[in-house]
Amino acid sequence: MTEDEFAAYQSLAHDTEDHRWAFGTGFTDPLEGIDASVPDGVDAAALATYCLMLGDDALIYSHRLQQWMTRLPELEEETAIANIALDLLGQARMLLARAGLAEGAGRQEDRLAFFREENEFRNVRLVEALDADFAELTGRLLVFSAWRLALFGRLATSRDPVLAAIAAKGVNELSYHRDYAAQWVIRLGDGTGLSHDKMQAALGAIWPLVDELFRADEVVAALPGAAADPRELRAEVDAVLDTVLAAATLDRPEAAPMAQVAGKSGRDGVHTEAFGYLLAELQSLARAHPDATW
Amino acid sequence: MVAAAARAADVRAARQIAGAVPDPELPMVTLADLGILRAVECEGEGERVVVTITPTYSGCPALPEIAHDLRHRLTQAGFTDVIVRTELAPAWSSDWITAEGRRKLRAAGIAPPGPAQRRQAPPGPVPLTLTATRREPVPCPRCGSADTTQTAAFSATACRALFRCEACREPFEYVKEI
Repeated sequence: MTEDEFAAYQSLAHDTEDHRWAFGTGFTDPLEGIDASVPDGVDAAALATYCLMLGDDALIYSHRLQQWMTRLPELEEETAIANIALDLLGQARMLLARAGLAEGAGRQEDRLAFFREENEFRNVRLVEALDADFAELTGRLLVFSAWRLALFGRLATSRDPVLAAIAAKGVNELSYHRDYAAQWVIRLGDGTGLSHDKMQAALGAIWPLVDELFRADEVVAALPGAAADPRELRAEVDAVLDTVLAAATLDRPEAAPMAQVAGKSGRDGVHTEAFGYLLAELQSLARAHPDATW
Repeated sequence: MVAAAARAADVRAARQIAGAVPDPELPMVTLADLGILRAVECEGEGERVVVTITPTYSGCPALPEIAHDLRHRLTQAGFTDVIVRTELAPAWSSDWITAEGRRKLRAAGIAPPGPAQRRQAPPGPVPLTLTATRREPVPCPRCGSADTTQTAAFSATACRALFRCEACREPFEYVKEI
């Protein structure tokens, strides 16, 4: 590093009296100063629930990806997965904040992330499972990001301008996530016999949870023009997955969808066994020290 | 008339101070260079400055630091009431990095972004990229060679990728087009 470059960092340190090198010490509302009023004709309660769903998907999946840190095969994959998890956490923060504002009961993002119970989370079950290996990580990331990219592409024109802005920003990020995952699925699928078999097995483990991503939902039905119908995403996502699987010499698994419980699944707050353990870890610090600041 | 002129001078001064704040992740460039400073306005009788910024990526952890630096520097310059607002739409694009910002990045050994690929009007699907091969080569910021290879699509921050120059064999960072 040249002296000039170093001087740039010095200027940061000297100019502020109470400078803090560690980020994350001054959290502010991620939607601060944004007009959060709900447009006329949009059901505010349904919008709040919908933003919770999309925010929970990102929050829980981000946490699962963070659990991979220090365990990935190469440093480059560490930075990639850390950045993808960070993008999703950023999306989760804005969506939970949006949910809290639309709800109008004064719940902020931290309250929603750390002080809700398991059955109050609305995420799809795809994001709850612990990946068995790197192949499962890339397969799940491919399915998740291809689906979320198709969803956010449509939400970029949502009648709720805040949701539209969050989605439009997310599209740029998710394009990178999907390409990263697709390139790894192809590398492993079209790699050695062993990597092919592991990749194919990983898809088999993930596929029972894919169907749930495209199920009709009554919350979506209550938000015409503001939410996107999951059923309409299927063709676009299938086209992407088929392209990647063909290039990777992998077969689309024939797997029956994971059973629902009395007709309910992730979006209704009914989750898999792994979710309770995940949530216990995710929420433990905030619950041990409620309202702590540092 | 006098008040209006004083107020215009205030806005100019505030804009200059805000625009000169260095980015905490890329301190060789300023907020104005990066294109994340959306607006600087005075409200009321000029005692309130409202600065509007936009995040590069959704999870950008530098945003609270940037807001803190803006409040601090404007307060030091005598503005007593400083408000920093975030604006999400339209989403930030690397195309907003100024020519001066690109020059500074290159001088610091970081390759500036090429033009961002714009999709057709949403909700058109985003095309897949199945290989790391790029259509436009990224020239090495040190030796200028176009013979470079991407080693990772992500780097120390969300906005950068890692490259290696095959001519001078140096690794370098590249600000991704988005």
